[in-house]
Amino acid sequence: MSTLVQDRLRAGAFGNAVALSCRECGATQELGPFYACTECFGPLEISYDYPSITREQIEAGPANIWRYQPLLPVPADIAESPNTEPGFTRLIRAANLGRELGIDRLWVKDDSGNPTHSFKDRVVAVALSAARELGSKVFACPSTGNLANAVAAAGARAGIPTVVFIPHDLEIPKVVASAIYTNRLVAVRGNYDDVNRLASEIAGEEDGWAFVNVNVRPYYGEGSKTLGYEVAEQLGWHIPDQTVIPVASGSQLTKVDKAYQELIRLGLVEEKPYRIFGAQATGCSPVAQAFRDGHDVVRPVRPDTIAKSLAIGNPADGPYVLDVVRRTGGVVADVDDEQVRQGIELLARTEGVFAETAGGVTIGVLKQLAESGALDTSAETVVFNTGDGLKTLDAVADRVGPAATIDASYEAFTAAGII
Amino acid sequence: MAVSVRVPTILRTYTSGESEVGAEGATLGEVIDDLETRYAGIRSRVLDDAGALRRFVNVYVGNDDVRFLDGLATPTADGVQISIIPAVAGG
Repeated sequence: MSTLVQDRLRAGAFGNAVALSCRECGATQELGPFYACTECFGPLEISYDYPSITREQIEAGPANIWRYQPLLPVPADIAESPNTEPGFTRLIRAANLGRELGIDRLWVKDDSGNPTHSFKDRVVAVALSAARELGSKVFACPSTGNLANAVAAAGARAGIPTVVFIPHDLEIPKVVASAIYTNRLVAVRGNYDDVNRLASEIAGEEDGWAFVNVNVRPYYGEGSKTLGYEVAEQLGWHIPDQTVIPVASGSQLTKVDKAYQELIRLGLVEEKPYRIFGAQATGCSPVAQAFRDGHDVVRPVRPDTIAKSLAIGNPADGPYVLDVVRRTGGVVADVDDEQVRQGIELLARTEGVFAETAGGVTIGVLKQLAESGALDTSAETVVFNTGDGLKTLDAVADRVGPAATIDASYEAFTAAGII
Repeated sequence: MAVSVRVPTILRTYTSGESEVGAEGATLGEVIDDLETRYAGIRSRVLDDAGALRRFVNVYVGNDDVRFLDGLATPTADGVQISIIPAVAGG
């Protein structure tokens, strides 16, 4: 199969990427729709022949993730292909939230501003490029919801059929916001880990399917690096002292670290110490638990939390999250569902940003770390909001609402005591 | 106990391309030993040098991840289906 893949590829199909290499044992194999090492089942990672590149070249690129094309496994003409053009979302100075939490220099990277309102548009755009270059017939994923939205939309835009698998009990907005783009949305009786297992089995049987987070996962994961590039660029080309990132599979956190390392290696930022923190919901906190216990493997759990976009009980990159967090001097911590709701409300009331439950998790953990002293409150800190609160309205619907319901008269207004 | 084992793509070089093979054993460990006698080399792909399940392999007996059961000591009832699946997926 692999030789056939190589024969069909056009020159430069994967940009400066040169091979797939195993993160566990270092074995390499050619670029193709492969994700697990044939020697040890370890995750395959993209290797590059890194180009020399300047800040000016990047700044002259499009206002989306393709400004970093030379550092992604995508062709030089990627910006001309039909895609959702994600990224370059706002980095906001969160002075009010910082004051509330006692953090002097705090920023929120608000990725709810992507085309389908979560960071998943970044990873999907890179996976879509791989699918296109590999000549895939079907673009597919197992998803906790946000990814389903992103895959279905990107497939529609690119004109490639999509098949999207979700757990049967997802939030309604995430179901509708997928189904609107595709007539092949499949609800599976089971939790995300069950859906994921099914997808892995289908990926092994069906030729020509690109499952974004299964058989083209090495490409897909690289899309998350753009979060790290953007944060550094938007801060004026430096790496923040501390970054707080939600952990589901753990891929995003490890890729932000990879991005920081690449920027240092390429001379685009100065080398400096930085710390990366991971955030989980207590009802699905296998990585936080392993961190506390001092383990380097992650014991799977059965998720039970309102933060469904983070509800992965068997996180593929969990061990690597532990590596990164320990290496950089960070912490993986968790907060319960009530703290998640409070986190959503706190961010909304202080900064005007309505986060989904995953954002509530990171804000809740940020607060906890600031209070415990695990986070240096005098150091520059960036916290990620990776999705939009409109997708998880139920989480806070019973906490907020009209202060009063009144008749349409000035008298009724003054009597209500609003001001 | 006679069981059937679903083989992931990357191990099918050992099973002549078969996606599902038969094996014998009262526990998962015994089933893997039996697979080794039929398809030499397959054991060390699934287990590490210490004889434990590799960390990026998920094995299911029926519908259950053996990490929630007794690992290699998990009983394998007659006729049960065992699935070996790469763990590096999702998210």
